[in-house]
Amino acid sequence: MTDQTTEQKKHRVVITGLGWITPLGHDIETVWGRVRRGESGVGPIEHFDAGAFPTKIAGQVREYDYKNYVSDVGLHGGVGLNTGFALGAAKQAWDCSGLGEFTGLNKERMGIYLGSGEGSPNFEGFSASNLGSWSDESREIDAVKWAELAMTHLDKMGEVEQEPNMPLSHLAMEFGAQGPCYNCLTACAASTQAIGEATQILMRGDADVMLTGGAHTMIHPLGVTGFNRLTALSTNNAEPTKASRPFSGDRDGFVLGEGSGMLVIETLEHAQSRGAKVLAEIVGFGSSADAYRITDIHPEGRGGIESMTQAINAAGLKPSDIDYISAHGTSTKENDSIETKAVKAVFGDDAKKTPMSSVKSMFGHLIAAAGAVEAITCVLAIRDGVVPPTMNLNTPDPDLDLDYVANAAREMAVDVCLSNSFGFGGQNDTLVIKRFTE
Amino acid sequence: MWLQWGLLRMVRVTGCGVIDQLNRYRMKLVMARRVLITGLGPVSGLGIGIDAFWEGLVGGKSSIGVIEGFNAAGFKSQLGSEVSGYKMRDYVPKSHRKMLKVMAKDIELAVIAANCAVNDGGLVTRGSESDVAVSYKPSRVGAQIGAGLIAAELNELTFAMKEARDGEGGLDLDKWGSEGMKSLTPLWLLKYLPNMLACHVTIIHDTQGPSNTITCAEASSGLSIGESLRVIQRDSADLCFCGGAESKLNPLSFLRQDYTGRYYAGGAEDAKGAVKPFSKNAEGSVVGEGGGILALESEETFNEREGGRVYAQVLGFGASQSIDLASRNTKPSEDGKGIAIAIRAAMAEAGIGAEDLDLVVPFGLGWRESDVAELNALRTVFGAELDRIAVRPIKSLIGSCAAGAGALDVIFAAKAISEQYLPGVVNCDEPLDEAFCSNVDGGDAVVRNALVVSVGNGGQNTAIVLGKYEG
Repeated sequence: MTDQTTEQKKHRVVITGLGWITPLGHDIETVWGRVRRGESGVGPIEHFDAGAFPTKIAGQVREYDYKNYVSDVGLHGGVGLNTGFALGAAKQAWDCSGLGEFTGLNKERMGIYLGSGEGSPNFEGFSASNLGSWSDESREIDAVKWAELAMTHLDKMGEVEQEPNMPLSHLAMEFGAQGPCYNCLTACAASTQAIGEATQILMRGDADVMLTGGAHTMIHPLGVTGFNRLTALSTNNAEPTKASRPFSGDRDGFVLGEGSGMLVIETLEHAQSRGAKVLAEIVGFGSSADAYRITDIHPEGRGGIESMTQAINAAGLKPSDIDYISAHGTSTKENDSIETKAVKAVFGDDAKKTPMSSVKSMFGHLIAAAGAVEAITCVLAIRDGVVPPTMNLNTPDPDLDLDYVANAAREMAVDVCLSNSFGFGGQNDTLVIKRFTE
Repeated sequence: MWLQWGLLRMVRVTGCGVIDQLNRYRMKLVMARRVLITGLGPVSGLGIGIDAFWEGLVGGKSSIGVIEGFNAAGFKSQLGSEVSGYKMRDYVPKSHRKMLKVMAKDIELAVIAANCAVNDGGLVTRGSESDVAVSYKPSRVGAQIGAGLIAAELNELTFAMKEARDGEGGLDLDKWGSEGMKSLTPLWLLKYLPNMLACHVTIIHDTQGPSNTITCAEASSGLSIGESLRVIQRDSADLCFCGGAESKLNPLSFLRQDYTGRYYAGGAEDAKGAVKPFSKNAEGSVVGEGGGILALESEETFNEREGGRVYAQVLGFGASQSIDLASRNTKPSEDGKGIAIAIRAAMAEAGIGAEDLDLVVPFGLGWRESDVAELNALRTVFGAELDRIAVRPIKSLIGSCAAGAGALDVIFAAKAISEQYLPGVVNCDEPLDEAFCSNVDGGDAVVRNALVVSVGNGGQNTAIVLGKYEG
């Protein structure tokens, strides 16, 4: 038996590739330009006829075809929207990193850690199977009839592709990763968690390179139904681009988005050995649970406080070192109030001096994929010296008195960003991303 | 004191090696802490809790039979291994009872398993409803729990959908959006989110440390256990609840399993003999429901707390991905290359060789495509030494419990190490490799170290090495 006492260096972990498919576009620079200008990707739902739903708007990915991003369409034919988004974002991140031209890549030392959601259900086939086998007399499904109908309405490929590990499996095939591969699904915190855990794998030396991020869409009838029943979504259907208004006094819920954000991260040694351009360094990660209620956030935000504290400590920094906070900022009453409280608890007197904004005001909420998109905006904020705005913040909320970078991007030096993601049910994750210096 | 913890992994040490404990994060210090398995909570067709599980394994009596939870006559197979006859009230504290109505069966199984693990481990949590102080500070307790895609309960959803029928057998989206959906309970969605297994467990037991939900099919439990190991090793928690649970015994999930072509399609006459891991006449697996939660604990904090026992030490972990383009990763490549990568990584971390291994708990699905790949992987890594090592698949008794499968396998291995006993093998009537796995009786055995392998649909693999704890 080993004594497990080998002295082991903890590796530094750097970001070398970025890619995203979002409601604001399909490449890094176009989307970032639109974010800096405060544009919105939200409009009427087109994936299905939501005309009678309480919520009829969402941030949809438009004019996108994943087939333009894959090496072999046959390998990925029939994939769900989520996997399609993942393939496009990952291809961009891969190209950005230059790994495609690097002949020395050991794919057994390359892993993938995604925080991706499940596929979109075949709602039409599913409801036809359900209703066709329902008996008004017994008030239940006839399971034998259901099976017969479902086998005609629900195709094999479509059902198999529902599993949440399918985006991961397709990326593994596309890029040949044979190292540690994971998908986590901690609701709205998933891709922040994925990036954090992937960072830990590299720090420990269990891989040299990780592809990480997330992909998701819940813009389908059951997704919108579920969130509408929870009264979590904005119903400001009249003004789609103004509906997502984090931290504003008149916020009335979040707006669904969809898409994917992907990053290539690697150990500093690996990046330097191949002469890669380093975009930023991941220096801190925190993960916690509210352990409070499945329906509510802990009123003092103790889970968020815990994950932020862990991440800042892990980075060896103090709250005053943080230049910008990428908020979870969903535009729900509860989240934005409690997140503000939690930031005040962690940052103390520095809270009001630290700009904090929510890009969900423009993208909508990409659920499992939200954190990855937000991590990317942090890298770009560091690169360009610009923090993105919180749009639609026009009505003050007396309890929300931090600097939310209201309605216009701000040019300022940014060296260290903190990015929060808090999941339904109380799982919380925080990343600290820093300008790379030798 | 820190010498007793083993040498510390670090990049920077102040001055002449004196460590400022207060600044340990800033020091980028990673401690190689020993991690122990101290509580077992299996839930399967063999029963609830470690005693029922172990008794079932030792008895070698299969829990597979005709599915009773729904009429499966419309599917190729009607067999399953079900968990039934329990009352949730027995497993949740009073404060959480009103939440029982928003638990899909997957969540129930995880909540029961966690309760068993806490009790078995002699741990006190908020969920214990005890006057005794809790064993750990909540922020030092984590929960990494594997889960699958949870299917909506058909009767509940269709009861609402029927109000929105379009007259031609389909659903009218306008009627659904304006009226029909209102028949669903407001919390409907929360019943089916995969992270709710972990969330209910964190709430019941007040675990406020790192928490994760891993959804990689049959590799979910293995990955979750590996993640808890890492969380404790890097000093982000002292105790973690890990494992996973899943129930695919409902029509929608069952259909999706049926579609994979991995399952037994024969009749119900020979239910007990249906799953035949590593046998040439294997005809596919059977869908089981269940899973398990384990308590993983750091050695030094375990030594400081009251009570408890050690089943085994976790020595090594490896994760990998198989690539099989021809099947789009619905089976591992036949050479088992991806599986072997995980096994090698786990063995290397454990620092042991094939000669030190006495038990392999394989994934052993009972589906030839998977079994052959796994056998090839083990043979590649261990060579002829594999002939000496006991291989003990358990899916012949409980079916394949999806995201919960790996936890049951690890629990089995930990218990075998602590009992120094190996249950027998059944249903391997025509071994793929006589020396590798064939029918044998159970009996006392020297079990120093054990390897547990998981092979997920989609290509994710894990390997976990456990060792006898010598104190």
